Amino acid sequence: MKNKYSIFSLIKNAFSYHENWQRAWRDPEPKNEYDAVIIGGGGHGLATAYYLAKKHNMSNIAVVEKGWIGGGNTGRNTTIIRSNYLWDASAGLYDHALKIWEGLSQELNYNVMFSQRGVMNLAHNLQDVRDLKRRTHANRLNNIDAVWLNTEEVKKFCPIINTSQDIRYPVLGGTLQRRAGTARHDAVAWGYARGADAMGVDIIQNCEVKGIKRNGDSVEGIETTKGFIKTKKIGVVAAGHSSVIANMVDLKLPLESKPLQALVSEPVKPIIDTVVMSNAVHAYVSQSDKGELVIGAGTDAYVSYTQRGSHDVVEGTLKAILELYPIFSRMKMLRQWGGIVDICPDASPIISKTHIKGLYFNCGWGTGGFKATPGSGDLFAHTIANDEPHKLNADFNINRFVSGDLVDEHGAAAVAH
Amino acid sequence: MFLINCPYCGERDQSEFTAGGEAHIVRPKQPTELSDDQWAEFLFMRKNIKGVQLERWNHAHGCRKWFNMARDTSNDRIHAVYKMGEKPPIK
Repeated sequence: MKNKYSIFSLIKNAFSYHENWQRAWRDPEPKNEYDAVIIGGGGHGLATAYYLAKKHNMSNIAVVEKGWIGGGNTGRNTTIIRSNYLWDASAGLYDHALKIWEGLSQELNYNVMFSQRGVMNLAHNLQDVRDLKRRTHANRLNNIDAVWLNTEEVKKFCPIINTSQDIRYPVLGGTLQRRAGTARHDAVAWGYARGADAMGVDIIQNCEVKGIKRNGDSVEGIETTKGFIKTKKIGVVAAGHSSVIANMVDLKLPLESKPLQALVSEPVKPIIDTVVMSNAVHAYVSQSDKGELVIGAGTDAYVSYTQRGSHDVVEGTLKAILELYPIFSRMKMLRQWGGIVDICPDASPIISKTHIKGLYFNCGWGTGGFKATPGSGDLFAHTIANDEPHKLNADFNINRFVSGDLVDEHGAAAVAH
Repeated sequence: MFLINCPYCGERDQSEFTAGGEAHIVRPKQPTELSDDQWAEFLFMRKNIKGVQLERWNHAHGCRKWFNMARDTSNDRIHAVYKMGEKPPIK
């Protein structure tokens, strides 16, 4: 039984100099057999395991992770959470996640530092204005909060933005989702890991999957660096490495893996209390609780598994940032990194069964998976447990690339991919 | 970020080039006879290899010619550059 985190446990542990805190999760060796194995110990994978145990009574399950949990894209994104997507299917999916975010810290007894500070998307030309206005209407029809702000209102909401009309990409207005915001990425992975572990889920780190054993049209288990693990159900949540796993069973996915970069500045006093995104110039800014500016850049335009990305992409982003926020001109950037994102042709995810029985894929989140972590885990757990998709992820099946029924969020999702 | 040895112009910065994705995906000769599965395979399904991948590149800010490359996507090292229509020098 896990000890509950509270003000009392904090005081109690203060008396022993914080040396006797219980481990947040165990470090078990893999068993010979599990009812289900999740490949990938990021936020989505751990959330999947958590909801499998919590809602579907499957506790004899394992999460295998080749590195350490939360060390992939979970720890490499800009932690933006929003649900202002254009199409009904996406709105349902992302708002389902946002609703879980709103109660997640209490549910997990772990502070994920979810902060609904609002996300503002800027329009820089007339077509942006039309598209973003259309999106606010679509959002409101789907019961998602969205408002249109004109240039003065943008300036009032975020005073450091340069709203001069003679810059290269003038601000003509923007949309605001007030329920949107940010969360602490590590805490999300750790909170789900602690919660899943408490229900008996084995989290096995430093365990790389080397192969998938099949018997005809169904799966029998996985070969790992820690030996063979027998299982009838495999949920793959491997983000940028989804194709690597799929290639083990000669399955082709409609994915391309590309580096996506982010960077943080030196910490400064509070200067921006919201998240501002700009589609046209591809620059996102927010400020972490430590005071660093968190800046999101774009993807490299070629397939690569190197977790770094090109300098010219960062340069382009920073040029745009400096024009929009001249106040940042003397900020020094401290760290820069890349994560490998798996992008679908329609920029929407795949949460789906495959033609191989017992093999499920949750992938294709591309540049925007973090926001969906709780919802993705919940719906993927449902899909694995029932061998059927939930109605919210039915449209995100892998067969849409055959039927042509795509969820085309490419230009619609308020970011350029 | 890396340098690419364009077969027509020589070594240039990668930012001068545009990636055209996986190479040697042949456009179907009889599009009308294709099933939905075959169309999906041609249009969307990709190997997305981690390792040496054969891919098309275009020298967009140079000679604007297309060519092929064998590049290791795990470290961005280029193993071979070859012209359109030529056989890949490595498997």
